[in-house]
Amino acid sequence: MPEEIILRVCRLEKQYQLVKAVDNISFSVRAGEIVGLLGPNGAGKTTTINMILGILEPSAGSVEILCRDLKADRCQVSRQTNFAAVYAHLPANLTVWQNLYIFGLLYGVKNLKKRVDILLKDFDLKSFSKTRVGFLSSGEASRLNLAKAVINQPLLLLLDEPTASLDPSIAQSIRQKIINYAAETRSAVLWTSHNMAEIVDVCNRVLFMSHGRILLSGDPKTLPAEHGKKDLEELFIAAAREPLSFDK
Amino acid sequence: MRLTAPFLWIFVDIILWGFISKYLSAFGNATFNFTSVILGAIILWNFLTRIQQGVMTAFLEDVWAQSFINFFASPLTIKEYVAGLVATSLAMGLASFLVMAAVAGLVFGYNVFKIGLIILPFMLVLFIFAVAMGIFMTAIILRFGPSAEWLGWPIPFVLSIFAGVFYPISTLPAALQAVSKIIPASYVFESFRGLTGAVSTPHLLANFLTGAGLAIIYLALMYIFLIMIYRRNLKNGQLSRFGAE
Repeated sequence: MPEEIILRVCRLEKQYQLVKAVDNISFSVRAGEIVGLLGPNGAGKTTTINMILGILEPSAGSVEILCRDLKADRCQVSRQTNFAAVYAHLPANLTVWQNLYIFGLLYGVKNLKKRVDILLKDFDLKSFSKTRVGFLSSGEASRLNLAKAVINQPLLLLLDEPTASLDPSIAQSIRQKIINYAAETRSAVLWTSHNMAEIVDVCNRVLFMSHGRILLSGDPKTLPAEHGKKDLEELFIAAAREPLSFDK
Repeated sequence: MRLTAPFLWIFVDIILWGFISKYLSAFGNATFNFTSVILGAIILWNFLTRIQQGVMTAFLEDVWAQSFINFFASPLTIKEYVAGLVATSLAMGLASFLVMAAVAGLVFGYNVFKIGLIILPFMLVLFIFAVAMGIFMTAIILRFGPSAEWLGWPIPFVLSIFAGVFYPISTLPAALQAVSKIIPASYVFESFRGLTGAVSTPHLLANFLTGAGLAIIYLALMYIFLIMIYRRNLKNGQLSRFGAE
């Protein structure tokens, strides 16, 4: 039996004056599924994620999370989602513990102190509990961002380049934590990255965007061969340089 | 360390103005106590300034930290966010007020409550007006980006000209007096001078009602203005790109 649809994006559009950043895209993500949102810079990935987060209003189309319309019910829907992005920082003057506690309050987490303790342990942040976030290294800050992103055990987790600028060892550890989280909670994960090896490693399915449209979708392990390419990176380059040849 | 700066400012302000008013009291034929009028005015004006800048600074903290997206992607609503800004500024404003009252009392023997608890409703007017100005500046920064913050710092100084903090409104030219009439704080300071005996007893109740009414109108207008800017930014993407402005 197919898993429940957690995220349903329907004919979504974002028009900025003369530029159409997202052009009539539709897709869904099921429980337990990790979907990679790929594409060159400016393809519309972050715009799409921002619309799903509710911090950018679509020009047309709809976003449904757990069968609830985001626009009509943003506050309730937001309790079931969370995100981490390399450009979204946490308040630097607060300690690691304070940050997790405050975001836990915002997301209405029950037994919050216990939940914060579990996250500090799971994300190897126990020894930084009283450290101000501004003093963390990028690896530690990324682990904290991810801990914040799962504090409410979201059924939809949005990750915008969560491993960008991390060394391979930390990136691998972060990846593993996300895979474990999705497997344990049957959450849906939408993940953007420019690291194709990472995408193959983590994602069950990929959506390839260019100029605001979804050009390709499928299993990252089989998709390159289906298009006569040796791997996902080669397919990425081909689709980014000649999007028209992939446009249906 | 972060708390030192605002408290240091008000400490220096009270000491400086305390000595100036003491000096002014030493000569001339004034029929009122300079220290009461000047120090009281400084304390009330600093209270207003701390509240206005408290709202703005609490917002700017999120801008500087680039944590804006994390807050607005959470279930937090704009209404709750603004309530948070006001709550932190109120805490800061009250703490500043207590420090100023204590310093004025210890160093100059000035009792800020000498005029009685009637000071409280007038402080409420200043609080509402300061929140309205803080929300206005928040909206302006949200609209024009972090670089617009410089506009927010001198606002209390500019307004102090029209609010008659240190002199009766009648001192101003007629054109400027017209501006004073639409500034809620001017009714507070006119009343305060009356209560300290510096000018003839004003119409306290009328002053309070006019000041409070104006302050509430400004608060409602500024809140609507902020919501309009927020919705505009949600549409044009400025909210999600805010840190990059």
